[in-house]
Order: sequence, then structure tokens, then C-alpha cells
Amino acid sequence: MATTSPRNKAPAKQSWYKRNEIAITPWLFLMPAILMFTLYVVFPIFQSFQISLFKWDGLGSLNTHGKYVGLDNYEKLLTRDRSFNTSLWNNLKWLIFYLAAIPAGLCIALFLNQTVRGIRLYKSLFFFPFVISQIVVGLFFTWFYDPQYGLFNGIIGFIGFEPINVLGDPNLATYGIIAAGLWPQTAFCMILYLTGLNSVDPEQIEAARLDGAKGLKMLWFVILPQLRPATFIAFVVTVIGSLRSFDLIAIMTNGGPFGSTRVLSFYMFEKSLSEYGFKMGYGAAIAVILFLIMMVFIGYFLWKTYQDEKTTNR
Amino acid sequence: MFPKPIEKSSRAWQLSYQALLPLAMLLWLAPLLAVALFSIRPDADFITGNYWGWPSSFEMIKNYSMVFTSAMPRYILNSFLITIPTVIGALTLSCMTGFALGIYKFRGNLLIFFMFIAGNFVPFQILMVPVRDLTLDMGLYNTKTGLVLFHIAFQTGFCTLFMRNFIKALPFELIEAARVEGIAEWRIFWYVVLPLMKPAIAALSVLIFTFIWNDYFWAIVLTQGENSQPVTAGITSFNAQYRAMYHLMSAGSIIAALPPVLMFFLMQKHFIAGLTLGAVK
Repeated sequence: MATTSPRNKAPAKQSWYKRNEIAITPWLFLMPAILMFTLYVVFPIFQSFQISLFKWDGLGSLNTHGKYVGLDNYEKLLTRDRSFNTSLWNNLKWLIFYLAAIPAGLCIALFLNQTVRGIRLYKSLFFFPFVISQIVVGLFFTWFYDPQYGLFNGIIGFIGFEPINVLGDPNLATYGIIAAGLWPQTAFCMILYLTGLNSVDPEQIEAARLDGAKGLKMLWFVILPQLRPATFIAFVVTVIGSLRSFDLIAIMTNGGPFGSTRVLSFYMFEKSLSEYGFKMGYGAAIAVILFLIMMVFIGYFLWKTYQDEKTTNR
Repeated sequence: MFPKPIEKSSRAWQLSYQALLPLAMLLWLAPLLAVALFSIRPDADFITGNYWGWPSSFEMIKNYSMVFTSAMPRYILNSFLITIPTVIGALTLSCMTGFALGIYKFRGNLLIFFMFIAGNFVPFQILMVPVRDLTLDMGLYNTKTGLVLFHIAFQTGFCTLFMRNFIKALPFELIEAARVEGIAEWRIFWYVVLPLMKPAIAALSVLIFTFIWNDYFWAIVLTQGENSQPVTAGITSFNAQYRAMYHLMSAGSIIAALPPVLMFFLMQKHFIAGLTLGAVK
């Protein structure tokens, strides 16, 4: 440990900072980020909790123009709001079907994990959808589903089916949007698994091969356990992505037809900032519920990270 | 290697694999290829119902130059003016937090780290009303600055997660050796740690560039109009303007998607390193 040496030229001036340098430096380095993060992220979360207890149109300050209503917003949401129910159900559909990206990504990764000519280019072309903005993906798929000239109806017409207006049908629209969302998400899971497959221990595979393991058995008992970190990240990111879905819905159906494709994140936006009037308090209550659902998964992620930290602490 | 390397299997399977690859890729990219095909068709093809046949003429230059005479270039410029400062800001902050959290042991280290991780996963909607208010109060509503400040703050969460793990994996002996030499802590950061962080910085900048370029939610919450909105928001107004003109819409959306795509192909190695290093250790 470096202490003040007797030859130090200006001990009086330097000493306090020098003595505490190691204790102070991290805080100096953290200060700007903590300030910004508190202002823009931490503090707003608590504010949203507060706003959700008010009836407020967003004009003027909350304290003078808002009306304190206690838990009324929540009571209305949970008991009398059918759109909220629809949104919650749709979120559940998103959550479940979006997870298909994980096995789909694994399949593509297994398919592409070879060393033939040009495979690198194929890998990047398969990954490509993830780089495109969801807005553009949404536009692509809106056209893809178009009842008149969309490729989708071109294909099913070719097989001999009647054209389907996927996004115009309240029973199908949500699934149509989820399918669009699966496109980039599968690409993401694929790249996680491709990297994971790269670091699978070849000796274990050889050993298992000598024991006669192959195909699905090998995948299940030897490969998948080694891919667990990739699966964990794919799971967390996919779940959070599914709960965050907003862009695709906004661009593809704007919540319709008849509000059948709303999810919580979209419904919240609609309530707070749309032509139906600015119901900030009500919107904040929806956001708080979404936050609490998300907190389960965030908590799971933090807990896992904490376990890792404890074992790898130096 | 799993699955079994293709060279070790039968000749027939090798050949069919080679044939399957481009086929699978065509299928996978079908939605994109359809749009690319639309974007070079003339107007007339849509009237005569020639959607999937051979284009009656190739109007690539005409369609794309039409896009460039609209408000599109303006939106694209805005996107750059929002994305680049955000990348610089978020990386600057997170190099510092990553250093502080990765090198020093102090009370609350893990707690602050977890605050950044948790904040990074929070649903945007819970921040929407307060952040919009805050931006209005600061007089930054409908400015690029307002959007950039928020993006920097929010992205710092993800970047910190990444940087801290990266720095923690560096050999600690380097720092100890520098301390024995009596080098000031900030100099250790600047001359010892920062040069070693180049790969992490490269990876994160590509990643954050893509994230911010593709942001739509905050663009419509914090800005409106072509003076400050980025291209993701611009494309929707473009959509309203040219709703029936699919050849122009397709060309427009392809142009809007291009910068992150180019970024990805040019810096592919860094991009994937970023995506997986932050995640799969």
C-alpha cells in the first residue's frame, strides 16, 4: 500500500486526498452516472408510483392540479376495465409464444454450426433481422400479411386457401404480430447459441460419442447443459422483450382491430398520451402493474447474478 | 463440435446441405426480399396487380431518389445527431462506472451495480410520464438534446453491466503494480485500464448505436415533427403520407434500416462480441 513517503514535497496539501485516494476515487468516478441515472431512471420510478394515486391530466403540477384518489385507479383497472383485461391476456400470449424464439434459435444455430464455404456470410444474413428497427420489421410484416398483395396470402393462395386478413381479424391479429416479433428475436437467440456452441468442450463430445451417444440424446444430455448460460440470457432477454413489446403493435395495428392487440405497455401509452385525453394517473397505474410483473424476472436475474458473484468473488 | 461436422458425413448429405443453406436463407429473409423487390418496381405494377411477377421495368433509381427529395434525409440526419452523442456520452459514463465498480471494493459496490442492472430492464412505460415532465420542465421537450440526455442516462445501465464485467476480468496485478509505483488512481484509469478497454468500447459503441438508432418509443414521447424526430418516427409519418405508394414506402424503409445494417456488416466481429460478452461470459 502506498503511504506518504518522507520525501513527499507537499505533504500538507496532498495528504488528505492522498490518504483517502482509494476510498474517494470510485465515488468521483461514479458521481456523474449516478446523478444522471437517479434523475432519469430511479427517481421517475417512484414518481410513477406517486402519480398512480392521483387523477391528473398532466397539465400543471401534480400537487396543484392533480386530485388524490388513493387506490381508485387500481380498483378500476382490476375490476371494471375490460381493455385492461384484454391487454393483460395479450401480454400473457406474448410471454408464452415469444419464448418459441429460444428453441427456434437453437435449431437454426445447430443447422448453421458447420464449417462449409461461405458459412460466415450465411450466419450474418440469418442474424440480419435483429439489426433492423422493429418499426421497419413491423412495416415489412404489415405488407407480408396484406390481404391483397401480401406474400403470405400469395403463399396460402398457392396451396389453395382463401386469403386471410391476419391483422384485421381480432382473433388472429395478436398472433400475427407475435410472429413478426419472433423473426428478430429468433435471430438474437441464434447468435447466443452459435457463440455458446463454439465454446462447448470438444473432449466431452468425443467421450460421449465413444459411449455411443448421438443425435437428440447427445444434444439433451451433453450439449444443452453446457449451453445453460446462453439459455439463461436468451430466456431473460426474451421475457423482458415480450413484456416490452410496443413498437410492432404501434406500427402494425395501433392496438386494433377493436383494441384486440393492445398489451399493457401499449394501453398505458394510449391512456396517457393519445387523442382519448391525457389520463396520466390511470396510465401510471398500468405502468406500475407492468413494472411489478417485470420485477419478478428482474429479481430472478439479479438473484442469479448475485449467486455468480458470490462464487467468483476474488 | 456438435452437430457432427459435415465433412465427416456422406457425400449425399453434404450436397443436400449445400443446397439447403441458400434455400433456408431465402425463406428466412423472404419478408425482406419482398420489400426489396417492391422498392424497385414502377408505380404501374401496383395498379395492374403485378405484385409477384417480373417487374415491368426497374425503377430503383427513380424510387430511391424520390425518397431523398422527401423529408427522409432530414430524419436520417436527426438520427445521426441523436445517436452519435448518445454513444459518446453513455460510453464515457460507463467507462468510469465500470472502472469504479470493477476495481474498487467498498460498501455498496454491489448495490450500485444492481441498481444499474435493474434500471436497465425496467419497462419504459414506468418512466414515461415523469421523464416527459422533467424534459418539459427543463425546456428540452421536442429537442434532440432532451432525447440524447435521457438515452445517455438509460443506456448507462446496460453499458455499466458490460464494462464492469469486462474490467473485472482484467488481471488485477496490473493495478496493484501501478499502485506500488505510486501512480495516482485517475492515472491508472487513464493510462492502464482505458487502453485495455478498447475491444469493449468498440463492441459497445456498435451495439448502442443500433439500439438508439432503432428506438421508437422515446422518439414519439419526447419529440414531434421533422426538426427533431429520428428516422424511426419519421418513417411513420412517411407512411401516412405515402400510404398507397408501396414502391416509395419500401424504398424509404430500406433506407431507414440501412445505417445499422452497414454498421453491423462492417463491425460484425465487435457487434457479436458485444452481444455475447455482456451476456454469455
